[in-house]
Amino acid sequence: MRDMRSDFPILSRQQNGQEIVYLDNAATTQKPEAVIDAISNYYRMHNANVHRAAHRLAEEATALLEEARQLTQSFIGAERVEEIIFTRGATEAINLVTQILDGRLNAGDQILLTELEHHSNIVPWQMLAKRCGASIEAVKVTPDGELDIADFYQKLSSKTKIFSCNHVSNALGTVNPVTELVQAARSAGAITLVDGAQATLHQHLDMQALGCDFYTFSGHKMYAPTGIGVLYGRAELLETLPPWHGGGEMIEQVTMTTSTYQKAPYKFEAGTPNICGAVGLGAAIKYLRQLPINDLVADENRILAETIGEMQDLPNIQLIGTPKNRSAVISFVVNGAHHHDVGTLLNEQGVAVRTGHHCAMPLMQALQIPGTVRASFSLYNTKADADRFIAALQKTITFL
Amino acid sequence: MTDLEELRTTFEFFDDWEDKYRFVIDLGKELDDLPDADKTDQNLIHGCQSQVWFTADHNDDGSLHFKLDSDAFIVRGLIGIVLIALNNKPAQDIVEFDMDALFTELELIQHLSQTRGNGLRAMIARIKSVSHAYLNPEPI
Repeated sequence: MRDMRSDFPILSRQQNGQEIVYLDNAATTQKPEAVIDAISNYYRMHNANVHRAAHRLAEEATALLEEARQLTQSFIGAERVEEIIFTRGATEAINLVTQILDGRLNAGDQILLTELEHHSNIVPWQMLAKRCGASIEAVKVTPDGELDIADFYQKLSSKTKIFSCNHVSNALGTVNPVTELVQAARSAGAITLVDGAQATLHQHLDMQALGCDFYTFSGHKMYAPTGIGVLYGRAELLETLPPWHGGGEMIEQVTMTTSTYQKAPYKFEAGTPNICGAVGLGAAIKYLRQLPINDLVADENRILAETIGEMQDLPNIQLIGTPKNRSAVISFVVNGAHHHDVGTLLNEQGVAVRTGHHCAMPLMQALQIPGTVRASFSLYNTKADADRFIAALQKTITFL
Repeated sequence: MTDLEELRTTFEFFDDWEDKYRFVIDLGKELDDLPDADKTDQNLIHGCQSQVWFTADHNDDGSLHFKLDSDAFIVRGLIGIVLIALNNKPAQDIVEFDMDALFTELELIQHLSQTRGNGLRAMIARIKSVSHAYLNPEPI
């Protein structure tokens, strides 16, 4: 297997005399040289504003932006390129959806979420519910950290106008059976959204097979820069929905009193887009394309399973969430110790993890815990990283 | 340990992070618990990953007395250091004390950074503002 680590300059950075073991990939991933170069090269060689000007640089910048859109379309198996809307990230993508659905919901309608969600897939829906008088329901999570599928079917009804859930839980790593859930929700007449922020590197994405109305993700969690994300929207649905932001790029004709709008995706992309971010996302997708992804994901899953096995042999470790289908994330607590102390001591040993509620406070409330320590892996993490994590954890336990 | 000079000397002997953190954690374990009755929302310092509670009082000689507690050992240990520096001192000394300088000297300054979210910075600000208010009482 080729060593991906050498593609990522930051991974050879030292902390206290040793390389950093970066296990905070669910928060953000590091960037490969190919992406860093693409960003630098864009500003060195191609920078101009897109879609309007009649000059060479603008043509090149526009071509790069639209190439990134096509690469994204192919990456997620979308039927049409118009279905790819660039946003600042998954959070903005979900907010975009909740804004343009304003006219679709009435008082008494139900928005069905799950207890596994990140705040970004809860709060925008709460704001929409407040505007239109709809109610929020959440599918329960089991003690194992999986969605309670029976509870989903019990809560799903003709009142359910929206169903939104994540593909993979950022807090526990649970891979949800989204194809089944989306199909059932759409059959019940709901508009469906799947938040794929944690899925892009680890799951095979095929929008046409998944069948959701919307899919959202962030570039920075898949080796691309921060500030660029994607909203996939089913073309027939997008055509019927209004824009959210008004401004340049999204209009056809403007008079002082009225305007007509462009078609999707431009209708939803007011103002100068994050061109450089899109170029970086395109470069990340190209980088991923030349990797043996299936082998790398299989390797990652093997390392994850071995790490979990070794953690189960350590004293006082309690895994939070033991889902049958898990991806890239291990959440745990050290019994009798605060998660913040565990994170601090791991950091002293050069191991970067996240501690806290992971922007999933309702999930922590459901599991009745204040927070966890989360080690989250990416395709570049090696068995040696996992071994250093285990050794650091072993030492940490002796302190507490 | 109650003396700042003694604390400084102890830290000079630490060879590595392990000795230092074992000491900080032990200091945290030795810190007196705040009675549950004082662990109220009103006494909670917000914005922390770990919870920190705080009460303030003054001694007969006019010096100030603080009690602090946290659910995390390292934060408790750092509280212990703050209290060695500030507890039972005159309000003027507390207001003037440079905590950043002490934490820099002890090579613990990263715990006062914005990203840590352990509330230590908020806690020190609270101690200083109470001391400031003690020196400048609102006219009745």
